[in-house]
Amino acid sequence: MEFAELIKTPRVDGVVLRRPFLPTVEGTLCLTGHHLILSSRQDNTEELWLLHANIDAIEKRFVGSLGTIIVKCKDLRVIQLDIPGMEECLNIASSIEVLSTLDSVSLMYPLFYRPMFQVIEDGWKSFLPEDAFKDLESMTEEWRLSDVNKDYSVCSSYPPLVAVPKDVDDDTLRKAAAFRHGGRFPVLSYYHKKNGMVMMRSGQPLTGTNGRRCKEDEKLINATLRAGKRGYIIDTRTVSVAQQAKARGGGFESEANYPQWRRIHKAIERSSILQESLIKLVEACNDQSHSMDRWLSKLEASNWQTHVKEILTSACLAAQCIDREGASVLVHGTEGTDSTLQVTSLAQIILDPACRTIQGFQALVEREWLQAGHPFQQRCSQSAYSNSKPRCEAPVFLLFLDCVWQILRQFPCSFQFSQHFLVLLFEHTYASQFGTFMGNSASERSKLNLSQKTVSLWSWVNRPQEVERLSNPLYEANCLVIWPSVAPQSLLLWEGVFLRWKRSSRCLDEAYDEMVHIIQYNKELQNKVNNLRRQLAQLETEEAGEKED
Amino acid sequence: MEHIRTPKVEQVRLLDRFSNKSTSGTLHLTATHLIFVESNADGAQEIWILHHHIGSVEKLSLTTSGCPLVIQCRNFRVVHFVVQRERDCHDIYSSLLRLLRPVSYEELYAFSYNPKQNEQQREEGWQLIDLGAEFERMGVPCDQWQLTDVNRNYKICETYPRDLYVPITASKPIIVGSSKFRSKGRFPVLTYFYQEKKAAVCRCSQPLSGFSARCLEDESMLQAISKANHNSRFVYVMDTRPKVPNLDMAGYLLPQKYVDILSPSVCVNLLPSLQLNAMANRAAGKGYENEDNYSNIRFQFVGIENIHVMRTSLQKLLEVVGTRSLSVNDYLLGLESSGWLRHVKAVVDAAIFLTKAVTVEGASVLVHCSDGWDRTAQVCSLGALLMDPFYRTIKGFMVLIEKDWISFGHKFADRCDQLDGDPKEVSPVFTQFLECVWQLTEQFPQAFEFNEWLLLQIHEHVHSCQYGNFLANNQRQREELQLKDRTHSLWAFLLSEGQNYLNPAYCHTYAETHPVLEPSTLPCHLKFWRNMYHQFDRSMHPRQSVLKNVLTLKESNRQLEDTIMKLEARLQKHGISPPTPDPQAPPKDQRTLLNHTRPHSLILAAPLSLKEAQHQEEVGEEAKKCCSDTERTVEGSSGSERKESYGDLQGTYGDKVEPAVVSLEFGVAHMTC
Repeated sequence: MEFAELIKTPRVDGVVLRRPFLPTVEGTLCLTGHHLILSSRQDNTEELWLLHANIDAIEKRFVGSLGTIIVKCKDLRVIQLDIPGMEECLNIASSIEVLSTLDSVSLMYPLFYRPMFQVIEDGWKSFLPEDAFKDLESMTEEWRLSDVNKDYSVCSSYPPLVAVPKDVDDDTLRKAAAFRHGGRFPVLSYYHKKNGMVMMRSGQPLTGTNGRRCKEDEKLINATLRAGKRGYIIDTRTVSVAQQAKARGGGFESEANYPQWRRIHKAIERSSILQESLIKLVEACNDQSHSMDRWLSKLEASNWQTHVKEILTSACLAAQCIDREGASVLVHGTEGTDSTLQVTSLAQIILDPACRTIQGFQALVEREWLQAGHPFQQRCSQSAYSNSKPRCEAPVFLLFLDCVWQILRQFPCSFQFSQHFLVLLFEHTYASQFGTFMGNSASERSKLNLSQKTVSLWSWVNRPQEVERLSNPLYEANCLVIWPSVAPQSLLLWEGVFLRWKRSSRCLDEAYDEMVHIIQYNKELQNKVNNLRRQLAQLETEEAGEKED
Repeated sequence: MEHIRTPKVEQVRLLDRFSNKSTSGTLHLTATHLIFVESNADGAQEIWILHHHIGSVEKLSLTTSGCPLVIQCRNFRVVHFVVQRERDCHDIYSSLLRLLRPVSYEELYAFSYNPKQNEQQREEGWQLIDLGAEFERMGVPCDQWQLTDVNRNYKICETYPRDLYVPITASKPIIVGSSKFRSKGRFPVLTYFYQEKKAAVCRCSQPLSGFSARCLEDESMLQAISKANHNSRFVYVMDTRPKVPNLDMAGYLLPQKYVDILSPSVCVNLLPSLQLNAMANRAAGKGYENEDNYSNIRFQFVGIENIHVMRTSLQKLLEVVGTRSLSVNDYLLGLESSGWLRHVKAVVDAAIFLTKAVTVEGASVLVHCSDGWDRTAQVCSLGALLMDPFYRTIKGFMVLIEKDWISFGHKFADRCDQLDGDPKEVSPVFTQFLECVWQLTEQFPQAFEFNEWLLLQIHEHVHSCQYGNFLANNQRQREELQLKDRTHSLWAFLLSEGQNYLNPAYCHTYAETHPVLEPSTLPCHLKFWRNMYHQFDRSMHPRQSVLKNVLTLKESNRQLEDTIMKLEARLQKHGISPPTPDPQAPPKDQRTLLNHTRPHSLILAAPLSLKEAQHQEEVGEEAKKCCSDTERTVEGSSGSERKESYGDLQGTYGDKVEPAVVSLEFGVAHMTC
């Protein structure tokens, strides 16, 4: 096996591990193809199993012959390994560097991982487009499932099956695809049962500088409008960015060619800026300085909360158009794989109670992110600490999770899951034993045959004990549309991710447990009261019966 | 009543502060309240504003829709009315101006407020808190500390209480001498005794030392404090002021041109009556202890800014967060430039210093600022809260406020502007203390018996002048006003509805495992207190409250337990003994296994006012009644009563085909699930 060549020193004794909130451990460090393991070989101390894929950056320091490696993880944790012996330390460090940055997909851990749990329901089959379409069919007959992309030839980032208006044939779709960035022709994202309005998403239209038009594209999106109704196009770029896109062959829908649509521009930043923002935010959070002014100005300079607000605002606007204005909406930015998906998925969280359940949220991630072709592998190959030059990395999905958390905070009883589920998704998008977030599109995943070769994250999550762990004890189904506040005073820094390793959450956890206890106790008492009442009623009827006899 | 020119004005519009929403209704002016009643037929909302809560009234220039009247309240409510006729607006404006400037204490609401209570209940309310018993609880008098009667008649210090505790070796001449050397006669006295290490927390005002003056009696006084503690050879003297005079403040009080040309000491001389920093005070004949003159002291500045800086800081903060369509960056920069959180951090840091000196080093500490009634009160009370779990209970917290704030003469009347007085005396020192406590409750959710609502409610009533507790500036004035005979006590009222203020996560055993709290003051752990400063801006709050929910469940648990007892008794009459064991808490380890997650905060929303707190109770009542019913109101959903525009839907469609403005009204949605 080729891993062996990369591991110069597989084992070092007497290594001291320091990590947040846990006692220092001394033990043996082992490197395997996928893990960094530290074990004290004692029962009472916790071992460290760290996926190389989770390592974002390392730093080496030497004092005499004692070497220290600072390991910075993609989940934002920082751990320290004190390794006796300079050579061992250098070997370990260089092995970690290589192993944590392997580019070859075929060497990735999910392809080697064998589950230690029984798979009850195969997550790869839990959220098939066919099943999702059955739900849609039960509500409306205006849509059909097209397999025009069955061999991924029309759009490489779309799944084989997409929902399109019934009256539009595959030929029209092909022509519309040729007019849209990356072949991403407008497809159905969400159907609002309450008023039959829809949300669609696509790539930008390729109008170019000379204002190309495409009759088929116009026909396709107009087919989604009811007679006499108008729709909104939400362009996730500013007007000037959209204008500039024309020079590179892109563009936006002109009023002349799309008279039934009104275009609204919202500014959501592009991925490179988001990555920079994450790096600055994490840097601010790790700043040990005790200056309040410094913290606030760094937080401000990171712009992270601004991005959260922009994304939430755009999603609220989309939801508002659909629910309040009774209009259909088309959302796109440039490629239609990043900001577009943030807006469409968050709008659904706001509008659709089903998306706020554990299963429903998985279905949303599957539908609006994985199937919709968000390039997870590119976006999540580095996190906030990496020194290497960013290529396509961006915390697009993390920002989406942050926005969901903000809504969850404002409606703490309306979500079936707790923030723990969101943190779990954040971790698994960056490093995982599961194949779910591998690859950049449905076509890549199918080429790698991941559904056969790897285990799905959903198989793990949907086991009863895990569902219980991720559940929100306060949940009470809320069938309403939930409108979050986007005022800066209402948006908070997501401590569960960004300050997670700063301070032990023990006392907050214990307080939370107490709350869970109160809720559970209430359920038990209610059951008991019901039982006693039933028993009493039974007795009384029996006695009444006896008297009659 | 003679001040009320117009008791009622109809067709007044109330504008929302942060959106374009408005409601119309009728404005009523009574002797005590300004009341707005929405004319909307169903579920008409009422807003009651106590005159004492009104900080400022502003009449803006006439617009086409009417005459705007902006009212800013001390509980951070801001209301914006538009009155149709200018004359009506002017009448209300001038009536309010007169009504909210009471000149004598007797005009305050507390003297006319009359809850349904008999005389005995009223008197009992005043007996709830007994500071003598509190000192006994701490373990004084003891072999080293005694009660002194020097101030029995407020002769030595009129802003101190009658009963004072001093070291047994501090003789009367020492006390008298020391008091003459201290600003306003506020000589060093005991405020908290840490029994475990026999270490004392004492408080006083600044010495009148100037650059060289000394006082042997004062030196003996400190010596006596030191001797009373065998665990430590020295006493810490904490001067809570910044060491360097703050020229910004001088700039605030003087025209900038003077500040530019004058040296600091001249500035100081120009402002003799104002409270200045330690160095500046020194120039004015006041100052701080010289370590050369006092044996066995360790002197320490801790750098909390003065009342003027705090007042300006909070004003800036409120200005920033009151801005419409505020951007995230302007919000964060505003938080920074206001300095408010920096000041909060400074106060908590000072309390931590005090706590460490006492609990870890076992040293006694003498705390002072200038007069020893603002920063000193903050630091002593917050330190005691960190050291002693008793003060983290509801009753204990009341005792703490009674002791360190009320009895030791924090000038509530001046600081909270109870009577029409000097605006430069007004300062949010007590509000800041409450905020520091809130920051602690956020960090230690199990440690406090009370929740955020108690803090908000106390803040509400410090300004309402509805109860006698916070009226006037010191105990002597309160006695002259016979407040205990003529007004009601807030503590009795708060205790009577104690259920509302319970923290459901409070853990009794936490005090044993964590007697001393060690909070973090890393800047990222201190947060903006939205529920205080935006208490009345509902659109900014979470739409569902975890706290409210859990409190309701807890109350429901109590009732269910009762029901079970009754049902079992009835079953027993039928000859059946309890069949199943009572539901028990699941074992602790199992519970922790189930849940690793935590909410960000247990306190997610607060009542808007007393009225709403009561309303919540009623809702809780309802929920209990129908807990088995299927119909239930889902609170806080579809943007009820708010209208927030997320974007720019304004503009036209085509040309004039559609209405010119696309409306983004949110309706009220109440549905049953």
